[in-house]
Amino acid sequence: MSHRLRADSSPRSLLEPARVLSQAEAESLAKRIVGFSQADSCRVSIGSAARGNTRFAVNQVSTSGDNEDVSIRVRVTVGKKVGAATTNRLDDAALRQVVQTAERIARLQPDDPELMPELGAQQYIAVDAFHAATAAAEPQQRADIVAMVTAASRAAGTSATGYLEVVTSANAIANSAGLFAYHRSTDCAFTTTVRTTDGTGSGWAGAASRDIEAIDGAALAATAIEKARRSLNAVAVEPGRYTVVLEPTAVGNLVQLMAFATNARQADEGRSFFSKPGGGNKVGLKVVDERVSLRSDPQDPLAPGVPFDGDGLPMRKVNWIENGVVRELGYDRFWAQKQSVSPIVLPGCLQMAGGSQSVQEMIASTERGILVTRFWYIRPVDPRTILYTGLTRDGTFLIERGRVTKAIKNLRFNESPVFLLNNIEALGKVERVSASESGSAGVPIVVPAIKSRDFTFTSLSDAV
Amino acid sequence: MTSSRREFLKSSATVAAVGFAANLASPRVAGAAAPASRFADDALRIAPTVGDPAIRELVLSAVDAARRAGASYADARISQNRSRTLATRERRVQNLSDNETLGCGIRVLVDGTWGFAATRELTADAIARTARIAVAQARANRRTQVAPVQLAPVTPTPNGTWSSPIRIDPFTVAIEDQVALLLRANEAALGVAGVRFVNSAMFFLREEKTFASTDGTVTVQTIYRAQPSMTVTAVSADNSDFQSRQSTDVQPHGLGYEHVLDAKLVENAPRWGAEAVEKLKAKSVDVGRYDLVLHPSHLWLTIHESVAHPTELDRALGYEANYAGTSFVAPPQKVLGKLKYGPEIMNVQGNRNEAGSLGAIGWDDEGVAPETFDIIRKGVVVDYQTTREQAGELAWWYQQQGKPVRSHGNSYAQSWADVQFQRMPNVSLLPGDKDLMYEDLISATDRGIAIVGDGSFSIDQQRYNSQFGGQLFYEIRGGKIVGMLKDVAYQIRTPEFWGAMDMLGGKRSYELGGAFGDGKGQPAQSNAVSHGCPPTRHRQINIINTGRKA
Repeated sequence: MSHRLRADSSPRSLLEPARVLSQAEAESLAKRIVGFSQADSCRVSIGSAARGNTRFAVNQVSTSGDNEDVSIRVRVTVGKKVGAATTNRLDDAALRQVVQTAERIARLQPDDPELMPELGAQQYIAVDAFHAATAAAEPQQRADIVAMVTAASRAAGTSATGYLEVVTSANAIANSAGLFAYHRSTDCAFTTTVRTTDGTGSGWAGAASRDIEAIDGAALAATAIEKARRSLNAVAVEPGRYTVVLEPTAVGNLVQLMAFATNARQADEGRSFFSKPGGGNKVGLKVVDERVSLRSDPQDPLAPGVPFDGDGLPMRKVNWIENGVVRELGYDRFWAQKQSVSPIVLPGCLQMAGGSQSVQEMIASTERGILVTRFWYIRPVDPRTILYTGLTRDGTFLIERGRVTKAIKNLRFNESPVFLLNNIEALGKVERVSASESGSAGVPIVVPAIKSRDFTFTSLSDAV
Repeated sequence: MTSSRREFLKSSATVAAVGFAANLASPRVAGAAAPASRFADDALRIAPTVGDPAIRELVLSAVDAARRAGASYADARISQNRSRTLATRERRVQNLSDNETLGCGIRVLVDGTWGFAATRELTADAIARTARIAVAQARANRRTQVAPVQLAPVTPTPNGTWSSPIRIDPFTVAIEDQVALLLRANEAALGVAGVRFVNSAMFFLREEKTFASTDGTVTVQTIYRAQPSMTVTAVSADNSDFQSRQSTDVQPHGLGYEHVLDAKLVENAPRWGAEAVEKLKAKSVDVGRYDLVLHPSHLWLTIHESVAHPTELDRALGYEANYAGTSFVAPPQKVLGKLKYGPEIMNVQGNRNEAGSLGAIGWDDEGVAPETFDIIRKGVVVDYQTTREQAGELAWWYQQQGKPVRSHGNSYAQSWADVQFQRMPNVSLLPGDKDLMYEDLISATDRGIAIVGDGSFSIDQQRYNSQFGGQLFYEIRGGKIVGMLKDVAYQIRTPEFWGAMDMLGGKRSYELGGAFGDGKGQPAQSNAVSHGCPPTRHRQINIINTGRKA
């Protein structure tokens, strides 16, 4: 028998907002699936999303897309054995089948020595991450925002390429121990790269927000066009160690790498920067400049996170680094129990404390240095020091005697956020950035601009 | 570009893949599955299957609905992706999950502007509504149009079927056997003194895809991919150092479970463990210029980044400037038949038919039967990777060469929910005429470094400057390997690097490497692609030392 949700059967008119499952729909669906299970425990995770995007290239829309999907993940335990299966079919027969599949997989497993019991009902903090205007955005509204950039770029005689993504999602978890959690959010990211028609100049601008109305297409177009023009006639500088002024996006590109490394188990096992020589981890040790504080606050209005993790565990504010000292590392429920601490999970966002200097002031106090718009193609080189390599891109300038004097060719770095945050000279005001490589919304990040010394550039790139 | 693992996981999670569980009643190891046949577990299926007349009707109804709504061209794909992820560490299964996703994506052209919409709901009503959304979206986009899209001609395939050449469908193999194999391999690695951690995994995909277009093409394809992998980590006794060895001599392939059996994980694990331990004691490299001998298990990734990506026509024309980047192989008018990429011994072809390759298919995602084509001939750039929309950009060149203006068949979408665009086929470096092996290249080298396995990688947005690490590094002196090195990475400028290639192996030395996580497009889509190559030697390449003390 097919049991249809309204989300399936109600036709989506072009004037109707993107549909994700409501709390009532998600709860009813999840509990129905849990009811199909004969296993010792059953957890159902629902991801319901409506995604829309518009791409543009060479000053016109190239492709775009809208889709709606619902994924159902079922995880069951039989004794100490675990199995999981996922589907996006919502009829009763398919849902019974996905439960049976998970149960069949579980029965074929060896016991899991790290199995943790399902959590019972939990209390969650309120995370306001849903904006109705974003959820209601249509292809026409996306095309209008894009047209602000393509029109400005045509008028400027440049070539604009870019991407606007709007996502509405609802995530829910229910289990056989009585837990139910639901969270709804919207995300919006807009980035543009403007190139001069002769291909010798390139500038970038980007923004991310839960709220589409906070995306200022005209302002971003102006910034990217200006950077493209200023980056003409780039000259080569010798690779080496430089004082750098990193705009907030460039800081976000690097600082998020540090947050990804805050896994206590890896540290305790001796295979992480956060491993303490001789054993244990670096909690309580000073690892970066005392002006550095790095936290994840899911209730930050500028970069809200999520109220629960995949186990249904309630999120709270986590202080990774406070005044340069490692305060907390991430513990999943098993490792936390083993080490007799409370579980700590990255709550889907990251905030770094800032200072008061403007980028202009940082430039003014620099005798010789490099101003970086953003970094790209950042890949791990050595996990022992969180060392990464990557390149500057779309706006790299030389600073001489307190002024930006010329555009320079892009540079490859081999550097670690650990060294960057040890060598800090000044911090700017914080802002939300679009720091994911692909231009998707990504983890919300709030960071300041940073001036830092001895940043290691190892080679020149001819790429514009 | 190849995605970092984090980005790859994110993008593949966006559209949760595939499948559900194997049937217990199915034989432990099924015999050869006939192409496009019904599988043992199909009795459990409720969703329509590939080749089902109902699916064919739906996909045709999507195309009709789009045309009725005003599209001058439309295509529709219904795909069911089924996948299995199995991951272990040491003596524990971390994750075993069977996944499936099913839906329909509809692409339309209205007045020369694209629209695309997708739905997971496979009813005639939902599909007609989705077609109308795609058409309305194209109309909204039209206001920015500068030049209308024009499609190169295609020969319609009214009733095509194709299937990956597998011997054993991984979804018919008993799950407990798959788990036991990985745990045995882990045990074998842990038996090596100094090995402290081991991760192992298997990933399988089966995509059943039905495609129809207003050109009269209807194709049905069943595509398999398989990737077994291990990472063995050694930690020094005082926790002051740790080193890992990934099983990069085993590459992902467009094959079935036979690829897992052929990988001989249990037999190879002790060697990978011993190599991880040896890396702890390896000499940290002295910076400078060395002759490099690159094993195919390493070189495929350098080809991917420095040859395959720069010869994508959309990049050369500026379409990917905001993420993947543009290309130094541009503009086409200045480089085709002119740009010297490497020496005369350098020949590179695009193809979608190498046996067992990740890129092998019957038709691409706009119904084009792909062809094998030269990209670099005798060191000179002679063509780009193309789709129907792009081929016309090179009409002047094809006319000059006496060739038809047609797509090379390089259109691809990662799932039903994503729009198709230009993605690389297999891009392979052809072997040389001389019957040389990897060992012959080492013997011919006086002072150099041999690199085995792909490792760290990064390249700029026009594909000039790149940096590559590896899994294992060996110092060569007087034609012999004299010891292991660590902290090695080479930094190159693409034309100089290929210009410095002076030796390459013969047919017997040719191997296929590849990746599932070839990322491009916005939203980022993952392409799966193989790169075949022999070992090569490159003279006087810049080596840096990546070891630093925290």
